[in-house]
Amino acid sequence: MTVSIPSVLLVDENKIRAAIIEAGLREAGYEQVHVIGETLGLARHIEQISPDVIVIDLENPNRDLLESMFQLSRTVKRPIAMFVDQSDQTSIEAAVDAGVSAYIVDGLTKERVKPILDMAISRFNAFARMSRELQDARDELAGRKVIDRAKAILMKAKNINEDEAYRLLRKTAMTQNRKIADIAQSLVTAENLMNEK
Amino acid sequence: MDKVRAGFIPLTDAAILIAAREKGFAEEADIDLELAREISWANIRDRMAVGHFDIAHMLAPMPVAAAIGLSPVPVEILAPMALGLGGNAVTVSTTLYETLGENGYDDSLNPEIAGKSLVALIEKRRARNLPDLVFGVVHPYSSHNYDLRYWLSACGIDPEKDLQIVVLPPSFMPDALAQGNIDGYCVGEPWNTASVAAGTGVILTTKSRLWQSSPEKVLGVNNRFATACPELLDRIVCSFVSAAIWCANPKNHHELASILAEPRYLDQSVEVILPALSGDIAITNRLRIQDPDFFTTFARAANFPWRSHALWYYSQMVRWGQASFSEENAARAAASFAPDIFRRAATRMEIPVPAANSKVEGALTNATAVGAGKNTLYLGPDGFFDGAPFDPEKIEDYIRSQSAIK
Repeated sequence: MTVSIPSVLLVDENKIRAAIIEAGLREAGYEQVHVIGETLGLARHIEQISPDVIVIDLENPNRDLLESMFQLSRTVKRPIAMFVDQSDQTSIEAAVDAGVSAYIVDGLTKERVKPILDMAISRFNAFARMSRELQDARDELAGRKVIDRAKAILMKAKNINEDEAYRLLRKTAMTQNRKIADIAQSLVTAENLMNEK
Repeated sequence: MDKVRAGFIPLTDAAILIAAREKGFAEEADIDLELAREISWANIRDRMAVGHFDIAHMLAPMPVAAAIGLSPVPVEILAPMALGLGGNAVTVSTTLYETLGENGYDDSLNPEIAGKSLVALIEKRRARNLPDLVFGVVHPYSSHNYDLRYWLSACGIDPEKDLQIVVLPPSFMPDALAQGNIDGYCVGEPWNTASVAAGTGVILTTKSRLWQSSPEKVLGVNNRFATACPELLDRIVCSFVSAAIWCANPKNHHELASILAEPRYLDQSVEVILPALSGDIAITNRLRIQDPDFFTTFARAANFPWRSHALWYYSQMVRWGQASFSEENAARAAASFAPDIFRRAATRMEIPVPAANSKVEGALTNATAVGAGKNTLYLGPDGFFDGAPFDPEKIEDYIRSQSAIK
């Protein structure tokens, strides 16, 4: 008896994340990966694709719909159980922490589903890390702008040059045990308040 | 301060949790209440299961479903407090409303008359080979699902054959209705008023008319948390009772509506939130009703977790094939509601509390004073619109009688 590779349906409104997970699954040998971005017509898609495993992000409002479909199992032909295994609390925790949930067709063994869920979890985590790093980079850029503005305020008020202004900011940050960007922000806020009419 | 993490869905009946945080009731009880908005009931359940949430705003049938093993993730949930009575309505598209009018509906919001016109319409549609009407509910284990099905079948409509019931997130209902994807829905506020305000829907009847003084949302508590921190749980319930009293005061309705309206909570206008609180509700763009019982946050023991309510949900789970009947399941279902915890808090708060854990639903046809210690407590009316009472002691007979008419 040949064991076929489970087909996976990925429901994710975030196109970039979906692409990352899809690539991961394909690299791992899951050739049959379907991705649905839009939330309308989920039932119809599932009926057509008839997947073995459904991976859906926790932020997707259609999870309740999905669960009701499995429960009534009129549109979906086979009964579907959820998550990996009810006893596998660690997998459930890892999945929820990463922001992903998986629904599996009854009859698929845990061993065959686990790698799919693990892959989804790791890719979800990688995506979250990427988004965080992007946000940090944006914050840093915004911080740099604030510092430039604070330097200009100091240069004008104290009639000093740029290097001296920066040293002053750094010194204050060190003595107050705060970030340079925070000190700069306070200065800019104070300046805005002073200039408010 | 003790940190307590709570999940909620953006709905008006999350009011008690939100007021507990925003009006300082939690803080007074030395609780740092952290509120996390969620998008699906499945998330509320799953995040409680893995310990992200200690407590949550929850569909009343969810603890019952979890108790009898219907939850896809293993979790034990206790309901030590209800978050109000009523608060739902059935809304239909303006098109469906007009055709119901041609079939005898008279703007009365009377469930029987509305039901009759729906029966007539369904027959005509069938004769003309038109597709089934589609109604939305928010979850398979929800009052909305059971209320809607109860109403339809009591009117002679088979909710499994004569029309189609689909699940949609609450906030998606108005759009789905406006776009013609569904013909009607049963949902909590503000999502009925939202469609009326948009001119795309009409409120056909209310939960307060289908089953008076009926349960809707509960405070769901992770059983692990309840067992580990009983004293903290008592404080939570006490502070939520204070919040419920505050929410119930008409003087506070405007302030409550503006708090709920904030982007981090419901993110809706005050105008669509206020009607459910005040009971001054627009049912079409030209008709208003005064329904003070539409949504009750405190009066008539609105926070008491009646075991008869838990058992009624269980009876409906059996009725609609979600579960099978067994004495063991019935006992589990009843035990998921924890009136003892509520009674302990009520005694501390010196508010009147029922002496019994269960009642015959539908026994009270009027507001009735019952013994509740030194205070008087009014209960009911608590009848179903078709007059059929539910005696939790005779749950099997009840299920049998219902499967006969189904």
